[in-house]
Amino acid sequence: MGVVTAAPTPTELERPDVEEITELDTPWVTLVWNDPVNLMSYVSYVFRSYFGYSEAKADKLMLQVHHDGKAVVSTGSREEMERDVEAMHGYGLWATLQKADA
Amino acid sequence: MEQYEARLLAGLAAQVAELVRDGQVVAVGSDDPLEALVGLDGPEQAPEDPVLQRLLPDAYREDPEAAADFRRFTEPGLRDAKARHAQVVIDSLVAGGMVVDPTSEPVAPDAEVEVALDADQVQSWLRSLTDIRLSLATRLGIDDDEAADEIRHEDGPDAVMADVYDWLGFVQETLVLVAG
Repeated sequence: MGVVTAAPTPTELERPDVEEITELDTPWVTLVWNDPVNLMSYVSYVFRSYFGYSEAKADKLMLQVHHDGKAVVSTGSREEMERDVEAMHGYGLWATLQKADA
Repeated sequence: MEQYEARLLAGLAAQVAELVRDGQVVAVGSDDPLEALVGLDGPEQAPEDPVLQRLLPDAYREDPEAAADFRRFTEPGLRDAKARHAQVVIDSLVAGGMVVDPTSEPVAPDAEVEVALDADQVQSWLRSLTDIRLSLATRLGIDDDEAADEIRHEDGPDAVMADVYDWLGFVQETLVLVAG
């Protein structure tokens, strides 16, 4: 048959820096913190109107903020989370961002 | 809305607008000439006023450097938006018949202020009422749910302020229902 399987030319594969991978893969989260001022109805409204969440999801997150003191309201890249936090501050909610695993 | 209620709300909105406008938005040195020219830079330090700290909180809890960067890029825009929303509240109260200076304008003292809001104005009202209530709560020392209840049962100027705070909460609750 004489089929010759050509051995692939060894290519120098750049081994990616492990830390770099972690940096890229780790999502960031936006946290909203409980405060005694903002009305529950308003917090839920903000989650619906800004994030486009259903009433059920918005209410669930709002109650989580209320009972647990905080809730993750969105996940994504750092830039996206900075946008979300800025928007939350515009609504008067107390929001921060951090790495998802922090 | 009664005239005195409208004037009270307008006064509080004006205070918030003044607070966010007068805060030191000092441009820090920027390497980007365009950025420096158009004055995009805000401050890196959190404001000292506790009300402003609550209106413009740190975006990073455990990374002061990132929090400073975030503040530099977002604070001027946030302050500007808060001032604009406060102005919308004042303007719509005036449009609704609020008498700014009751001693100079001949008007029936009991003429109601009738505020009509479009969707954008409702947004401004919701945000501005939040800013005003956050400001009042900070001044009253409401930092948890119990504190809010305690102040309601006290006498003196704080109790009056607490009544105003509750009333604004009621107005906001009504607007949330309208906004859906």
